[in-house]
Amino acid sequence: MLAQVTNELLSGFWVTIEIFLLTLVFSLPLGLVVCFGTMSRFAPLRCLSRGFVWVIRGTPLMLQLIVIFYGPGLLFGLPSGDRFWSVIIAFSINYACYFSEIYRGGIESIPQGQYEAGQVLGMTKQQIFFKVIFLQVVKRIIAPMSNEIITLVKDTSLARIIGVYELIYVGQSFIRKGLIYPLFCTGIFYLVFSGLLTLLLGRLEKKLGYFKG
Amino acid sequence: MEILNVQNLKKCFGKTDVLKGISFSLNAGEILAVIGSSGGGKSTLLRCLNFLEIPDSGSISVNGKVLSAGSEDEIRENRLHFGLVFQNFNLFPQYSVLENVTLAPTLLHRGSAQEIRENAQRLLQQVGLVHKADAYPYQLSGGQQQRVAIARALALDPEILCFDEPTSALDPELTGEVLRVIQNLKGEENTMIIVTHEMEFARRVADRVMFVADGRIEEIGTPEEIFEHPQSEKTKTFIHSAQTF
Repeated sequence: MLAQVTNELLSGFWVTIEIFLLTLVFSLPLGLVVCFGTMSRFAPLRCLSRGFVWVIRGTPLMLQLIVIFYGPGLLFGLPSGDRFWSVIIAFSINYACYFSEIYRGGIESIPQGQYEAGQVLGMTKQQIFFKVIFLQVVKRIIAPMSNEIITLVKDTSLARIIGVYELIYVGQSFIRKGLIYPLFCTGIFYLVFSGLLTLLLGRLEKKLGYFKG
Repeated sequence: MEILNVQNLKKCFGKTDVLKGISFSLNAGEILAVIGSSGGGKSTLLRCLNFLEIPDSGSISVNGKVLSAGSEDEIRENRLHFGLVFQNFNLFPQYSVLENVTLAPTLLHRGSAQEIRENAQRLLQQVGLVHKADAYPYQLSGGQQQRVAIARALALDPEILCFDEPTSALDPELTGEVLRVIQNLKGEENTMIIVTHEMEFARRVADRVMFVADGRIEEIGTPEEIFEHPQSEKTKTFIHSAQTF
């Protein structure tokens, strides 16, 4: 029995990891796009981006998940989409908005003199951003980013609400068979996973400690 | 030979006229010191020459060619005529001293990696910091950082090198090393514009001194003319107050 519980918890945990990794893969770059939108000099784009970030950050992720999964069917009578990919879409959009605000704070904290130094050295805007500004921003935002990333580990459990077979769902399913301990055990998975991430992100932070500023 | 010609340069920020029509010219190899009170427009003048600010009107010509501030690429091309050393260095913190000097030439494809590196080492030698090539900016004193910034500006071989109060952010005991480096550049036929509060330095190093007040050139002439025989009342008052404290 214990072997079966372990196996099933592991398969649920694998789905949790998939949600976690895919969300990061999409939301990290998407966040940068949203961030550039919120910082755009073109007012309509800026307003639209900031409005979007406000809506996404101002409503529960659980609600967004429900809207993305059930919305198309209820509103337009479309066949319902894939549960797993609905989760990825909702999570990626949600986290991109949070990341975009962290990016923006980081970018705006870089002194103007860094841009000007790049400009007088004849660099293009892209060169200045990617060769001069970017790494300094990464260093400054790594602590708040770590926070969000750890939160994401636990937020993956929200996928349960539209019936994705992730860790919590698996743990819960054992209750019907009279077993309560698997659900408690899921906590250990989350703890170990976030513990490993903390170590990894701490190492990255240390790696960027070679310079100051 | 005339290298730089500035005609009737004007710049305002909102309702404040910072430059009210600046005209002067500079010969190749000449060193111009720009002095004047804070807020008089000296820094804005340098920032306009480097196109960090776009002048409202007037013209800037280098080697007889008028620089126009049209597209972004044009502005970038224009900037390459000038180098600028900032008051607070603005070194790139994530790059080592050597990388700070090689970054721009590498991105602009100014020769092979080997050539760029050798040139950077030669420049670091020149500013006396070749032993700090692998250090990071935070490990250097202000004076050393400023010397790296000078090497970084020289790495692109600009026709006119500008200094924006290069010693104002430094502790007094560190200004000497930076001023010596600038003075040594004089021998190498570099054309330079130096905005400075160091009157003694301006007098010793500059070929000409320009006194700027309220966005205008109040007086321009040899160090002797400006410091010993100033003509305008404003210049007299400024020189007098700068010398007595």
